Amino acid sequence: MNSQDFQLFGEIVNSRSGLVLTEEKIYLLESRLVPLARRRGLENLEALAEEVRRYKDDRLLEEITEAMTTNETFFFRDTKPFDTFRDVVLPQLLKARATKKTLRIWTAACSTGQEPYSIAMLLKEEAAKMAGWRVEIMATDISQEVLEKAKAGLYSQFEVQRGLPIQLLMKHFQQVGEMWQIDSSIRAMVKFQPKNLLEDLGSLGQFDVVFCRNVLIYFDQPTKSKVLTQVHKILADDGALFLGGAETVLGICDSFKPVDGQRGVYTSVNGGLMAAAS
Amino acid sequence: MPSCLIVDDSKVVRMVARRILEDLSFGILEAEDGKGALNACLEKMPDVILLDWNMPVMNGIDFLRTLRNSENGEQPVVIFCTTENDMAHIREAISAGANEYIMKPFDRAIIEAKFSQVGVL
Repeated sequence: MNSQDFQLFGEIVNSRSGLVLTEEKIYLLESRLVPLARRRGLENLEALAEEVRRYKDDRLLEEITEAMTTNETFFFRDTKPFDTFRDVVLPQLLKARATKKTLRIWTAACSTGQEPYSIAMLLKEEAAKMAGWRVEIMATDISQEVLEKAKAGLYSQFEVQRGLPIQLLMKHFQQVGEMWQIDSSIRAMVKFQPKNLLEDLGSLGQFDVVFCRNVLIYFDQPTKSKVLTQVHKILADDGALFLGGAETVLGICDSFKPVDGQRGVYTSVNGGLMAAAS
Repeated sequence: MPSCLIVDDSKVVRMVARRILEDLSFGILEAEDGKGALNACLEKMPDVILLDWNMPVMNGIDFLRTLRNSENGEQPVVIFCTTENDMAHIREAISAGANEYIMKPFDRAIIEAKFSQVGVL
């Protein structure tokens, strides 16, 4: 791919999603955009770039952005954050919200839905402690295409075997031909909505827990800072922010501080999760 | 080094599983059917058994029931690994005492995920 074409695709994706495409990500452009080019009857990425320059078709720019921002995910990814949510964060919030009995959780960039559904299954397992509670799991992604898949809750045999314990497959899934579909009772616990993290997040309302894992790594420093500042505004002061293993707030946003002893978990400097429990 | 007994009548499947598990630092033993697996367990009980369902001589589910009913106090982790990919087989395996269940075909990511879930990785 010539450098002008690479720059063109890079600018489209960056301006629409904040994702930064560095030179070493050329392989990603090829693996993700070649199928898109073929679907449009174009031979290669040069032809796709030409099409972009000639028509400046908004739908095509959207498809390019979607193809580049769709990321692989799986159920209970990394395990530990979900244990921390169940064993550390949830007990504190159940105590702190005992009168209101409401809990709002947001998974930003939810991709094909495995993360919000993992949270939903986990909460269902804890249902005995939450009788009478109103719990909302909001799941957003920039890509309409992945949200449609997420809403259907249909997964391949490969997808249900990566991270999902067999007991939970038996309990919460039905076999539909070659696929596995998560039960409607779990699907009903999650509200899916398109959202670009670069836009104003205020319309989503206030949350008690935010999962924003493996998203910031794709952004440049100013974008990371902008997103985290917005997240801080919509997260309760005694709430929890979960980031991916390779992500941090340190040096990027001073409104958050790490929660002691809980890697990847952050809370507001105005109060904080642990402070609320003590 | 933890040990894993791979029980499968397909030489190719045993070879693929061996490569993945050796890479994950398991010492590997192999058996071609349930009978061979029982003999291997009598000799030295492995930490984990990766178990096929359909095999000649003694199939996987009969082997598992015999193993779980044995007087021997040591009970390894058993992970089924089979082309039987329907809910009825999964339920039967779990109620017979399997700890996890892999539907073939598998890859390294699935093996790693399942072995982690049962706490042997």
